[in-house]
Amino acid sequence: MFSHLVLALRSAGLPASITEHLTLMAAMKAGVAEYSIEDFYYLARATLVKDERHLDKFDRVFAHCFKGLEPPEGVKVEDLPEEWLRKLAEKMLSPEEMEKIEALGGFDAIMNRLKELLEEQKGRHQGGSKWIGTAGTSPFGAYGYNPEGVRIGQEESRHRRAVKVWDKREYRDLDDTVELGTRGMKMALRRLRRFARQGAATELDIADTIRSTANNAGTLDLKMVPERHNTVKVLLFLDVGGSMDDHVRLTEELFSAARTEFKHLEYYYFHNFPYEKVWKNNRRRFEETIPTWQVLRTYGPDYKLIIVGDAAMSPYEITMQGGSVEHFNDEPGTVWLERLSSHYRRSAWLNPTPRQSWGHVRSITMVNDLMEGRMFPLTVNGIDEMTRDLSR
Amino acid sequence: MAGFKSTEKYIATRDLEVAVNAAVTLQRPLLVKGEPGTGKTVLAHEVAAALGLPLIEWHVKSTTKAQQGLYEYDAVSRLRDGQLGDPRVHDIGNYIVRGKLWDAFEADEQVVVLIDEVDKADIEFPNDLLLELDRMQFFVYETRKTIAAKHRPVVIITSNNEKELPDAFLRRCFFHYIRFPDRETMERIVQAHYPDIRKDLAREALNVFFQVRDVPGLKKKPATSELLDWLKLLMVEDLPVEALRTKEKQVVIPPLYGALLKNEQDVHLFERLAFLARRGG
Repeated sequence: MFSHLVLALRSAGLPASITEHLTLMAAMKAGVAEYSIEDFYYLARATLVKDERHLDKFDRVFAHCFKGLEPPEGVKVEDLPEEWLRKLAEKMLSPEEMEKIEALGGFDAIMNRLKELLEEQKGRHQGGSKWIGTAGTSPFGAYGYNPEGVRIGQEESRHRRAVKVWDKREYRDLDDTVELGTRGMKMALRRLRRFARQGAATELDIADTIRSTANNAGTLDLKMVPERHNTVKVLLFLDVGGSMDDHVRLTEELFSAARTEFKHLEYYYFHNFPYEKVWKNNRRRFEETIPTWQVLRTYGPDYKLIIVGDAAMSPYEITMQGGSVEHFNDEPGTVWLERLSSHYRRSAWLNPTPRQSWGHVRSITMVNDLMEGRMFPLTVNGIDEMTRDLSR
Repeated sequence: MAGFKSTEKYIATRDLEVAVNAAVTLQRPLLVKGEPGTGKTVLAHEVAAALGLPLIEWHVKSTTKAQQGLYEYDAVSRLRDGQLGDPRVHDIGNYIVRGKLWDAFEADEQVVVLIDEVDKADIEFPNDLLLELDRMQFFVYETRKTIAAKHRPVVIITSNNEKELPDAFLRRCFFHYIRFPDRETMERIVQAHYPDIRKDLAREALNVFFQVRDVPGLKKKPATSELLDWLKLLMVEDLPVEALRTKEKQVVIPPLYGALLKNEQDVHLFERLAFLARRGG
């Protein structure tokens, strides 16, 4: 019973196990969900999903399993950027038209009309996003006008009330492959924590106590050992300016997340590619530069080096002497990157651009090769991968 | 056994009720996650009250070890007593200090155990409790005794998501993520806590509250507990409703903001926005 749900979840990449499936069966048998499909949805969710990142995926799979819906081909309406739709609506609708919409019988009427239109559209051009353009004036105007947006994925069904819940996909923000907030990154960065004994002595060391008590001819001599402390040391190189401007906000988020995580965190800025000079203060980047050699000498190989940059540049900036856009570098970038990654035992490159597009940019492929494949996307998943690689 | 339902003081959504009842029926631990201030810890109190069972609370700190929940062997006092020739020293049982889970297992009736903020502890903490929470028993090495639960307790575990929990641990739990309440639920929550609050005050306060939450770039968004504190303050101060009322879409610093905004960057952000709004309006 319901094994197709578990199988579908597994093939969607949700780690649901047999144990959990059996638990669900036991709960069903015990009558927890009784005969309400909504309760069954809640129960299945509490049993099979163990991380809020997966809730959205679960909703999608659940809807798919219990409605027999084929996932639409091409662009999904839910996946269209809301911002874009809103803009479209603003462009297409004058205030008078908005009033007219109100007059037409308020929002529900429009929604029904929209639903009809969508049904028609689905029939005619399968998938594609084209119809949005053509249907501009009425249905999508309505979409943009409504601040809450329309749940277009919603379909009529006998269990209407219940269907709503999972079609709303309220957990979309928690999906870890797209969203990257400070909180999510904090979680991933914590993986870097390595516990080592260092700090004030607070725990009783029984073995040592026994030994020294015996040495003391039986008079009790307590020995303490230090409590565990977080001793991960991180050296952060951040790309600023140029092609990174789009990604500065994301980088800053990573930075602020990282800052609270480590006791030893040093950060330096560079532009496009790390050469012989880096700087600490972005405003005074031309006056106060620090030789990269000095950084290498100051921070030992036990630091973990994380370079954040989009690595999008002309290949000359990497391979050629004097290739830098800002100054004449005596040694090509490759030499410096190799120097850095051979000095630090553990290093990684975080790239804010999505992984799918890496293959299209020649310099990204080059940097990735130089880093021996240790380039990771700046998503929670990517950071997770990176920290696992760094603390191995 | 009576099921768990929303109470006068605690508004639970239907999905939370189902999750709690599933955990209680199948006697599995329930893991509760959610934004800070959405009532994760309070849930355990409410479940205990609803089921009419005593509650044992175990608050986890960064230094807490799993073993401490079971028992601790006080080697130091035994060594000292040994030197002083205290007769108690011959029975090792005298130096075993019981932990919260031991208390829960040995209780004469079923109890509710709250393991609060499990993510604060060491990353190995949940793994060390796997067998104990699965079988509800553990072995005391020093006295060669097995302590098994007389009645399987209802275990509620909360997490603030600071650490990922191991899969093996998760597989044994039911999971519920408390979403931030929507406006409707929030109105019910406010009603439940302050039944005699003025309607207009509550409405305006909720407007301001959700407006504050919508401001992009807030470091710490105010949550339910902050809202309740703030409402209490508003009621004590007996502010006129007009103080809360704002022009369309205009950002103002809410009165008594100290209860809502918990760090100075957020307050600065608000001052800046309010300044811009004044200038623009």
